[in-house]
Amino acid sequence: MSAVSAWSTARAQARRDLQLVWRRRGDAAQPLLFTVMVVALFPMALGAEPNQLARIAPAVLWVAVLLAGLLTLDSLYRSDVEDGSLEQMLLAPVPLAWLLLVRVLVHWATTALPLVLVSPLLAEFLYLPRELLPVLLVSLALGTPLLSLLGAVVAALTVGIRRSGMLLALLALPLFLPVLVFGAGSVMAAAQGLSSWAGALLLLGAGLALALVLAPLAAAAAIRIALS
Amino acid sequence: MNRLLLWFHQLGSPPVFDRFAARWTPWGFGLGLVGMAIGLYGALFVVPADYQQGDSFRILYIHVPAAWMSLMVYALMAVYAAIALIWHIKLCEVLAMACAPIGAWFTAVTLATGSIWGRPMWGTWWDWDPRLTSELVLLFLYLGVIGLNAAIEDRRAAARAAGFLAIVGVVLLPIIRYSVEWWNSLHQGATIRMFGEDAMDPSMKWPLWVMIIATKAWFVGSLLQRARADNLAREAGKDWARAAAGVEK
Repeated sequence: MSAVSAWSTARAQARRDLQLVWRRRGDAAQPLLFTVMVVALFPMALGAEPNQLARIAPAVLWVAVLLAGLLTLDSLYRSDVEDGSLEQMLLAPVPLAWLLLVRVLVHWATTALPLVLVSPLLAEFLYLPRELLPVLLVSLALGTPLLSLLGAVVAALTVGIRRSGMLLALLALPLFLPVLVFGAGSVMAAAQGLSSWAGALLLLGAGLALALVLAPLAAAAAIRIALS
Repeated sequence: MNRLLLWFHQLGSPPVFDRFAARWTPWGFGLGLVGMAIGLYGALFVVPADYQQGDSFRILYIHVPAAWMSLMVYALMAVYAAIALIWHIKLCEVLAMACAPIGAWFTAVTLATGSIWGRPMWGTWWDWDPRLTSELVLLFLYLGVIGLNAAIEDRRAAARAAGFLAIVGVVLLPIIRYSVEWWNSLHQGATIRMFGEDAMDPSMKWPLWVMIIATKAWFVGSLLQRARADNLAREAGKDWARAAAGVEK
């Protein structure tokens, strides 16, 4: 058999993952609904005072997106563990880390990207000032893949556990903290007219560049540990 | 092979470690208890009251050693975990997992004493100061390691997975620390800086050093005790383990 190229396996894997999502498109909409509902809870709890809502809007949007990402982490490997495809990925002639990177990117594009795209609508719910919208969008666009990559490492550690939902959240949240600080912090800084918002976005970008390389390797190591 | 290296390799064997731990655990606890008694006596009765903080600064003689231990134990846990993952030494898995609860308790003590100290000094039980916040995150990381270790059935796989999490935590701890500091400067928290260690009068220092050494001795005793118990539980089927635990054949 000729050598399998990395690109063809990546294409095949991405097609399979997208197909699986498409066949269950109802499920795929759930993170979106969840985020919209969490955001809608805040005006209910806090009162519809526009100034107050506008002040906490960046934090609420970021926390809502982060929680939605947390809830989708379990689906990253769950079905593959149950039907044994993950073991086939371990045995594949291309590095496991590469397959995981493709998996995480597809997962991000199907669960987190829709959230980034509807965030202008959610921002409008919370009266976020329009001029902050670009900062929010950039921070989410840089931050959500970072959350997915970090989450992939933690989720990989728990693949051997049957009901891992709550544990996964407890493990992932401390690691998500810097992303939240820089992500929500950049919008908050821009809202206060501080110039440090650009620095926070650059740090998020730097973190994303690092995580794109290191997180798949760490996730692959974690899966080998969990399935050994 | 030289003798030190030989001894080191032999220590990796469960029965040899069991004898070693049984021998040195009382020394660790004993030295720790005596040291803590001397240190606390010095801290409570010998050292004069601080001219600014009065008597309430005396809690720092517990707080500072505990804070030191909370970080040191985490680093040690990650080192054991790395050794366990790289060289597949079973004993290091045991030791890494034995570190986690001890470190978590030291972290909890640090947070509790810091909070009690903060009440008269800052006028509040809790302040979102970078030190406090990162100590809290450290506690969460410890609890995550303990939780993951408890959640996986197979003992070896559990220790290796939790150890890996500890290593990931070590990589992210400086980033978390830095991010918390950045976040704090953004929120402009009005905090009073804790006085630096160098500002301490030399006459106040000796109980602190005694306490620092005593907590380390206590940690060694506790680590050996916990690791020995776990080690025996894992080897429960073997004759030497039954004999060491005093179980009839």
